[in-house]
Amino acid sequence: MLTVRNLHARVAGREILRGIDLSMRFGEVHAIMGPNGSGKSTLARVLAGHPEYEVTEGNVLFEGEDLLAMDPETRARVGVFMAFQYPVEIPGVNNSYFLKAALNTIRKHRGEEELDAMEFMTLIRERMKQLGMDEVFLTRPVNEGFSGGEKKRNEIFQMAVLEPKLGILDETDSGLDIDALRVVANGVNAMRSAERSFLVVTHYQRLLNYIVPDVVHVLSDGRIVRSGGKELALELEDKGYSWLEEPVGK
Amino acid sequence: MSTSTETIEQLASREYKHGFYTDIEQEVIPRGLSEDIVRLISAKKQEPQWLLDWRLQAYRAWLTMKEPTWGNIKYGPIDYNNIIYYAAPKPKKTLQSLDEVDPEIRRTFEKLGIPLEEQKLFSGVAVDAVFDSVSVATTFKARLGELGIIFCSFSEAVHNHPELVRKYLGTVVPYTDNFFATLNSAVFSDGSFAYIPKGVRCPMELSTYFRINAKETGQFERTLIVAEEGAYVSYLEGCTAPMRDENQLHAAVVELVALDNATIKYSTVQNWYPGDKEGKGGIYNFVTKRGKCAGVNSKITWTQVETGSAITWKYPGCILQGDNSIGEFYSVATTNNWQQADTGTKMIHLGKNTKSTIVSKGISAGHGQNTYRGLVKIGKGATGAHNYSQCDSLLIGDKCGAHTFPYLEIKNSTAKVEHEASTSKIGEDQIFYCRQRGLSTEDAVNMIVSGFCKDVFRQLPMEFAVEAQKLLSVSLEGSVG
Repeated sequence: MLTVRNLHARVAGREILRGIDLSMRFGEVHAIMGPNGSGKSTLARVLAGHPEYEVTEGNVLFEGEDLLAMDPETRARVGVFMAFQYPVEIPGVNNSYFLKAALNTIRKHRGEEELDAMEFMTLIRERMKQLGMDEVFLTRPVNEGFSGGEKKRNEIFQMAVLEPKLGILDETDSGLDIDALRVVANGVNAMRSAERSFLVVTHYQRLLNYIVPDVVHVLSDGRIVRSGGKELALELEDKGYSWLEEPVGK
Repeated sequence: MSTSTETIEQLASREYKHGFYTDIEQEVIPRGLSEDIVRLISAKKQEPQWLLDWRLQAYRAWLTMKEPTWGNIKYGPIDYNNIIYYAAPKPKKTLQSLDEVDPEIRRTFEKLGIPLEEQKLFSGVAVDAVFDSVSVATTFKARLGELGIIFCSFSEAVHNHPELVRKYLGTVVPYTDNFFATLNSAVFSDGSFAYIPKGVRCPMELSTYFRINAKETGQFERTLIVAEEGAYVSYLEGCTAPMRDENQLHAAVVELVALDNATIKYSTVQNWYPGDKEGKGGIYNFVTKRGKCAGVNSKITWTQVETGSAITWKYPGCILQGDNSIGEFYSVATTNNWQQADTGTKMIHLGKNTKSTIVSKGISAGHGQNTYRGLVKIGKGATGAHNYSQCDSLLIGDKCGAHTFPYLEIKNSTAKVEHEASTSKIGEDQIFYCRQRGLSTEDAVNMIVSGFCKDVFRQLPMEFAVEAQKLLSVSLEGSVG
């Protein structure tokens, strides 16, 4: 469903991605690991279309379509969702109002009927229950006054409502305690299906105990230096990242 | 690769929707200003001697005054002798009913979404329609009359209720108040008058719709609203003008008087022509609005949504004279392209335990300059006075500006005065976040802006809140792409 070929990208004139190759099939969970500054989050943001990042080389196909040619909202509408590392606050804008606007825009793009207020409430109540979220979430402004954990949970909640084909989690585990981590992981696991894939960007192996990946890629200096099964994550946990430095210089 | 900043630059220009001109026969007087012109206006309106005298006093006072220059606004000199001070659609005959309003004028208001047939109006709103210098129609008069409510044009009030007009005219904004208010006092043409008798709660929104149509004409309307003991009224003012290359002057005065236990809510949706993308043309809006909470427990709320005009200069204020009286000011002011706004409020606490709330939201886009200027004055006798002010500015793009000038004068040590201010920029991060959820940039900006203005929109009557929100998105269109 996702094919990344020789992807190079830079931000503020600095090259961060130096040739990423990656291939994902429907139903798979891929983890992207790597030390700080290796380009993990850059990869997530480039796929989502963040305007600050400039692609200088390579291409990305999403279900056979040229993803890089789409603007960020089109990518969202065709089914690419990114859970932000730092979810943004939008003061005064009601969480459920925001989510309803987003959902209906996406449904419209898919050629589905827009949901009315009643149908929408039924849907989100169900999703909130699954994620064990309090209904006060709905009446609060988007991310405003949320704790770090609440913000991350809100991202997963949005993902559960918008039902993307590809979910990109950008360091969703950072700053979460073990309980919040479990809630987030349960939310993701409940969404796993043969029609949906996840790209999980994380610095720590911890999250992968709960969201068990099919493939683990290790990024270093803007390139994937290792790919393997879930055991690779454990190996990293054991040895740290430094032992990977050597093969990079090959 | 386009960044949000570039896109922000692009979202600033849907066409001004109300820029058309109605071709009707006009009665205009010669341009320029003199005692003779003041006399001529008064004569045209067949006014009593006392009112002419009042105008002349104002005119003479005006001659000694200088145009204020302290505003944070820049504009070329206004030639007061090159303005036409009175223009009126030529009356075919005296109107006996609404059906006799000139069809062209009727069509104009219909185009603006203000049908003058009562059955077509929101059932809860009575409208006074002012076209250039005169009021052309007032709806629901009869129904209001049954409750003793007077709602009519100012000229009509002068003829039919001279004692009320004489009693209250100039008691809140004296004719010596300031350059523009004094000019208005000399040459004001028409406006609305509302009087709510003791103990009556006005059952519908009262509304005046102002339309400048004639060329090279200034509009100088005067509105006076009096709420007797225990009365309640909610009043809304809207305004538009044709698109023209030259600047037109609008210098209005609004006076509100609330007696014991009375409440007046005054809401404005100001959408005068703002000028084009290069800053050519547009209305110069120099307005004096003030309310007096004369009685105990009285309350005056100003809510304004200012999206139009090339220049906006207005400070709707409250004189909190009655003990326990309350003044409120809720404002959204938008400046896009080359618009400039210097607006805010004056809260003058005189009575004991008086309370005021100020919530100001300034939005700047394009090259727009937005200034909040507010005065909170606590008099010696105002024991237990309390003010809360909140001034927030939102910037869209990097060529606009936001400025805040709060003034505090406190002469009573028991006063409690709180002030909060913030300036934020619509972040690329916020826009990207919305886009990543499938929303277009334009929808994202509208959503962020309306979230920012929520505390003010909440104060508007329902239909108008929806209207105001739409207006805001139109006026910001093109500021992001």
